[in-house]
Amino acid sequence: MGRMSLKRKNMFASVRVATLAAAVFLLPGCAPSSGELVVYSARVEALIKPILDRYTAETGTQVRFVTDDAGPLIERLNAEGANTPADILLTVDAGELWFAAERGLLQRVDSPVLAASIPESLRDPGNRWFGFSLRARTIAYSSERVDPAMLGSYADLADPKWRGRLCLRTSKQIYNQSLVAMLIAEFGEPRTEEIVRGWVANLATDVFSSDVKLLEAIAAGQCDVGLVNTYYYGRILREQPEFPVKLFWADQSGSGVHVNVSGAGVTAHARHAAEARRFLEWLAGAEAQGLFARVNLEFPVSPAVELDPIVAAWGPFKQNPISVAKAGELQADAVRLMDRAGYR
Amino acid sequence: MTAAVAAPLPQSRWLKDRQPTGAALLAFALALPAVVPLLVIAGSLFTLDTEVWAHLSRYVLPEVVLNTVRLLAGVVLLTAVIGTSLAWLTAVCDFPGRRFFDWALLLPLAIPGYVLAFVAVGFLDYSGPLQSAMRETGVASAWLPAIRSANGWGVIVVLSLALYPYVYLLARSAFLSQGRRVLEAAQTLGLSARAAAWRVALPMARPWIAAGVSLVAMETLADFGTVSVFNYNTFTKAIYSAWFGMFSISAALELAAFLMLFVLAALWLERRSRSRVRYGGGRSGAYAERRIELRGKSRWLAFSAASLVFLLAFLLPFLQLVVWAVKHAGTDLDVRYVGFALRSLALAGSAACVIVAASVVLAYVTRVQAGPWTTLFSRLGTLGYAVPGTVLAVGIFVPMAWFNNLLQGWLVSVFGDAAPGVYLQGSLVTVLIAYMARFLAVGFGPVDSSLQRITRNIDEAAISLGVTGVAMLKRVHLPLLRTGIATGAVLVFVDVMKEMPITLITRPFGWDTLAVRVFEMTTEGEWERAALPAVVIVLAGLFPIVLLTRRGAHVA
Repeated sequence: MGRMSLKRKNMFASVRVATLAAAVFLLPGCAPSSGELVVYSARVEALIKPILDRYTAETGTQVRFVTDDAGPLIERLNAEGANTPADILLTVDAGELWFAAERGLLQRVDSPVLAASIPESLRDPGNRWFGFSLRARTIAYSSERVDPAMLGSYADLADPKWRGRLCLRTSKQIYNQSLVAMLIAEFGEPRTEEIVRGWVANLATDVFSSDVKLLEAIAAGQCDVGLVNTYYYGRILREQPEFPVKLFWADQSGSGVHVNVSGAGVTAHARHAAEARRFLEWLAGAEAQGLFARVNLEFPVSPAVELDPIVAAWGPFKQNPISVAKAGELQADAVRLMDRAGYR
Repeated sequence: MTAAVAAPLPQSRWLKDRQPTGAALLAFALALPAVVPLLVIAGSLFTLDTEVWAHLSRYVLPEVVLNTVRLLAGVVLLTAVIGTSLAWLTAVCDFPGRRFFDWALLLPLAIPGYVLAFVAVGFLDYSGPLQSAMRETGVASAWLPAIRSANGWGVIVVLSLALYPYVYLLARSAFLSQGRRVLEAAQTLGLSARAAAWRVALPMARPWIAAGVSLVAMETLADFGTVSVFNYNTFTKAIYSAWFGMFSISAALELAAFLMLFVLAALWLERRSRSRVRYGGGRSGAYAERRIELRGKSRWLAFSAASLVFLLAFLLPFLQLVVWAVKHAGTDLDVRYVGFALRSLALAGSAACVIVAASVVLAYVTRVQAGPWTTLFSRLGTLGYAVPGTVLAVGIFVPMAWFNNLLQGWLVSVFGDAAPGVYLQGSLVTVLIAYMARFLAVGFGPVDSSLQRITRNIDEAAISLGVTGVAMLKRVHLPLLRTGIATGAVLVFVDVMKEMPITLITRPFGWDTLAVRVFEMTTEGEWERAALPAVVIVLAGLFPIVLLTRRGAHVA
């Protein structure tokens, strides 16, 4: 009998262990309960968590999020279909939002609040996504070797006077793809290809894998001018106020600086659609706008909000009024154009 | 004691069991995680995105194919030479510092390739500390070869330094387990020491070296992180560009399919070239204690070679990482790092257990039931290592989500509104299945190589004593496989610690790991801040590596 019960005990023990193991491995997978908000974010944790924490503190809504690149996140949304736990897709580029909307992954949100606070060019014409911070891609130059009077538009950087003096980040990076897409929207493909070929001919060195490295190269004297998103420069400035590089607002006598957005939309199958909409409206409000932009030295989309002193010091600038939705629409064309022009 | 013996496989048996058997089904089940995404990839070949292809073949493929071939050839050659020769030196010879280098040369395994890359570029580029210091002291730096230059020498060297330990580790266990008595036997038969090494020891170690080099080759083909730091456009970059740049998933999958065909062909050729050779091995502990004592100049040559590799592949990059990490630890280091580290360790540990267990079963099944089906499945199951991470991650995630939705639909149809919500694709089960799809090759390689070294005579002796099947695996093979199992487990563990794209897409909410942390920093171009999580990854990886080599040292 002793033998029997021992065996049985062992069996129960192993069943218990198996159940425990199954629980450990499956529990975190249980679907999120109601009363919360789930965000898929291509904006990294450091740049989104402070905002989400503030929202939770103000409204009591628990927010869960997971970060990844936008590409995999969009595939993830698509594969999960109607059972997705995600209510919000948040990205760092309008082209990615455009692509998600094209694939039917975002729903229309007709909100007077959003329409009133976000300029028309910075949201989807179909109201499926909205920009919440503005990212300007403009010219950075060496304050030691370049007279800003020589600078002008993006197209001017193709001029032979910059031969061997230009630095660019890789064309595989979405910010450059969006920029070239916007150039196509403005000038058409043939003229844009000429410009890009001119840039490539002017390169001082092989393309860079990050804007930060590019700015450091200008400071070190490897090249004199380059194209960067302003907040990368702002981050360096925060640590080294004497950094020998300055920003120049491109194309101010023409159409203006090319801007992109970090933005979000409500997913097509959101379980907490009403809550998600409230969250987006909160993001467009003055407090969140200040926070959203300040945390990364970006610009708020709502013009009424005060800027971080570092950002304010760069002065006001004219924005290119073309809708950022064009960045998505023409992105594939832009990639092909850059391949043709030999822009690596 | 058996040298490499040429023995034709019994062809009749090959033909006889064309029917799938229980063993084949088991092999199929183990290979399934990798097979499903491979099928998704292969399926894309039926719907060619002709417009994108026209563009790719004209403007993109010529460059990336050339670059990929150059990278692959360079890395394979360098890692084979570095890994095998260092393994020979530490396992068979004696020279100053041998005991230290024996384990120290494995440490680079803990540094992810993408981390070594951003350290190398950050340090050696024009704006880096080295060239800046040279310019400040009035020394011209322009003559230095550019680390990011388009011919790819920089990325080849960096990737080789990051990957050579695979070859080193496997070749080292080969040399250790074949014993020095083989060499003595060869020498008593009139060969010089050098000839004995070339003609006996090296050919006998071939399954190990081949296993190591195959891992290196697959990892190189799948690499995205390292080549991205260098902006070196390889096949993987073309896949990502088609997918994320041109929004053409079908073109991306087609490119991946061609990559897979290439890998399959290469693996098949390698296997075929040694399919008529069977390997046996000496029993561990059965060799003489005497090492080849290096003398004169060669002592110091060996010392310098080992030191150089250790410095470049581990010590200098690690010191640079520590300097950066300390700089940012004040603001970035907080108690959350305990969680990041614990989650990394939990994932790596459970993946190592699951994958090595699966590898043992798969290797054993292919041994006792050798046939076209088991062979096919073991090949396919290990192919996941050559698939670019994000492609594989999505290839796992999509069917998982599909199955989950099916299950959810069924639950709703049965329980109505009371149905529980299920979320399989965001659970740890999916993470482990995806790791298995990716890293089965890493566990299988060492285990299978050690299994091949157990002679058939041992099996036959066991069978004649009535020990067969699972009992044979348990009582005869497992004790002989210990080194292979430990090696496989450590390799999988360290690889999972470093893994990024699969962890990113399949991790449950809140399961941020150290590698996810590195991603968060590098994606914002903040390489220096990425050093902190990278240092923790390295430190966590060192522990099992040192443990493994200590174990090996006892045997030696």
